[in-house]
Amino acid sequence: MDWTIWVEWLIKSLFVVFALLTGFAYLTLYERRALAKIQVRIGPNRAGWQGLLQPVADAVKLIFKEELTPAKADKLVFFWAPIITMVPSIVIAAVIPFGPTTTLFGRTIVFSVANINVGVLFLMAVASIAVYGIVLAGWSSNNKYAMLGGLRSSAQMISYELSLGLGFVTAILLGNSMNLHDIVDAQRNVWFAVVQPVGALIFMIVTLAEVNRAPFDMPEAEQELTAGYHSEYSGMKFALFFMAEYQKMIAISMIAATLFFGGYREFWFLKDTFLSVDAIWNIGPWQFQAWFLGPIYMLLKVVVLLFFMIWIRATWPRIRYDRLMSFGWKVLLPLSLAVVFISAVGVLVAQQFDNNWYLAIIPIFSSVAGLVAVGFVDQALRRKSYASH
Amino acid sequence: MLIEYIAIAVLLVLSTAVALIAVGLGTIFGPQKKSEAKSMPYESGMSPYGEGTRRMPVRFYLIAVLFILFDIEVVFFLPWAVVFRQLTWFGLAEMVIFITILLVGYFYAWKKGALEWE
Amino acid sequence: MTTAQIIFLVVAAVTLVSAFMVVTTRNLIHAALWLVATLFGVAVTYALLNANFLAVVQVVVYIGAIAILFIFAVMLTRKEMRDQGPQLNSAWWISALLAVLTFGGLVGMLWGWKGMDTLASEMPVGFDSVSALGDALISPNAFVLPFEVASVLLLAALVGAVYVAFNPRSGDSRK
Repeated sequence: MDWTIWVEWLIKSLFVVFALLTGFAYLTLYERRALAKIQVRIGPNRAGWQGLLQPVADAVKLIFKEELTPAKADKLVFFWAPIITMVPSIVIAAVIPFGPTTTLFGRTIVFSVANINVGVLFLMAVASIAVYGIVLAGWSSNNKYAMLGGLRSSAQMISYELSLGLGFVTAILLGNSMNLHDIVDAQRNVWFAVVQPVGALIFMIVTLAEVNRAPFDMPEAEQELTAGYHSEYSGMKFALFFMAEYQKMIAISMIAATLFFGGYREFWFLKDTFLSVDAIWNIGPWQFQAWFLGPIYMLLKVVVLLFFMIWIRATWPRIRYDRLMSFGWKVLLPLSLAVVFISAVGVLVAQQFDNNWYLAIIPIFSSVAGLVAVGFVDQALRRKSYASH
Repeated sequence: MLIEYIAIAVLLVLSTAVALIAVGLGTIFGPQKKSEAKSMPYESGMSPYGEGTRRMPVRFYLIAVLFILFDIEVVFFLPWAVVFRQLTWFGLAEMVIFITILLVGYFYAWKKGALEWE
Repeated sequence: MTTAQIIFLVVAAVTLVSAFMVVTTRNLIHAALWLVATLFGVAVTYALLNANFLAVVQVVVYIGAIAILFIFAVMLTRKEMRDQGPQLNSAWWISALLAVLTFGGLVGMLWGWKGMDTLASEMPVGFDSVSALGDALISPNAFVLPFEVASVLLLAALVGAVYVAFNPRSGDSRK
């Protein structure tokens, strides 16, 4: 273990932290501008050109705000809760690959902070730790609304975590590995979102619930819970919750891109061209692999996925809490189980006949399963007893 | 392998430092004018009544129990998902049996109305 | 001492201190959080032993699910988060004696064990512990039966939990 490896870790970690922090700052601006466009408003455009300095102004404002701690709060837990919420939202990005493994300065560089063989499980572990910050913030505030918001939020997160886990299992089944680098490489020819469209869709719905975004932003429901678990927080501690939410959005989009949309790999129509991440570029005397295209493709995919999240927020009303929980337990859980088994059967059939075209079984049957689920939801919503509650 | 975890620890330390610095900045630059009204629980301007923390409905507890059981099921899925190509149909059949047994409990909970939220 | 040994000693100390805090602290939520720290220490110990899968599963299941259940349970049952009663009952010295004897017995057994001062052999390069575990769990000549029986155990726990925690007549426990 020489000192260069420490430098490498530090650079990679700094890169991840910096990327997520800037991403967070500009995602808030992007969201406000995009929401404004959808609602035919203008949005913040005063601070700097096109409002580009708005995040800086917000940060400065929050720094100079007073921080309050309620008299009856549990001071220690109250202090740590926002930090416990924010830290996992960065750490979860540790295993996400940003580019192909390549050789730079005479050493092999892996473009992720850590390349562990249980990468997918690591994502699950960090996602499950994220519940703590919220439940502790709600409890330590000594406020009814905060407590209710925290409880609702944590119950929602753990309910949807099951379908999230099964979504990971689907990706592992198709990629035949738990290492995220291998999963991305397995999508060289075709994205898993094409092989398993229903699985990808479920995954994206579940991630919305995991980061408490609309239409699943029940825990923050302003009208009934003031602001949910962070009612009592102000100043920078509130900013940390805000930061956590947006960093989670970015991280989870990166995860969705990695598992189902080819990660850092080029789009399918660029395969084998000079824009592929595997291509070798010859410029003058230098010859090098086009690894730097990896982060760019990743960024493009993440921006598109983030736009969908914002679009959904602008379009859909919040789902009622009982329906939210029923949807998670009665629709998404069985459907994702079905998706897992359909994927397994499809892969085994394709392996049996040694012909990858048999993988077409997977999208066909899982779409049928998805339609059955939609029909079930439709039936349930029509039932009068259910509507009268 | 251990070495990769040290890399994660570096990121963990770094992100905790960022969080602490953020909170620290607020504490240094923010005003500190305490008053009794400010340190009361916020209830939309009304004076708060009753205890701040109250006992929660048992339903949340039930959800947590169900979550543990299905979480363990998901964890059992993971090693199977890595090797099921070698085990082919036999492995799949075993997993189907495993999940069928659990689904009995799932439908029991459903029929009992434990998944209903009122 | 190697780096791994230093890390182990630090982690073991943290784990033991947190375990001690679990039983001594009076605030129940704080006790639950110390328990989380203990469980995390155990997870790091697994990682030190090259048991990747087990380490992460420890975090997913114990920290991510079971400790959450504990916190929910404390919130469910206690209005007052402080434990007021005495922390020791009259038979405390019996348990202390038993604990010391067990510890002494373990030390005595391990004293003569050759494995104590031999290093574990290095993992072969490219050894995938997860596939090995999957094979062991599901392949027909290994642990299939315990694996299937585990689901029966989970089923029993599921039915029991629903039966105990949920009473349809009272609906919600609003009382």
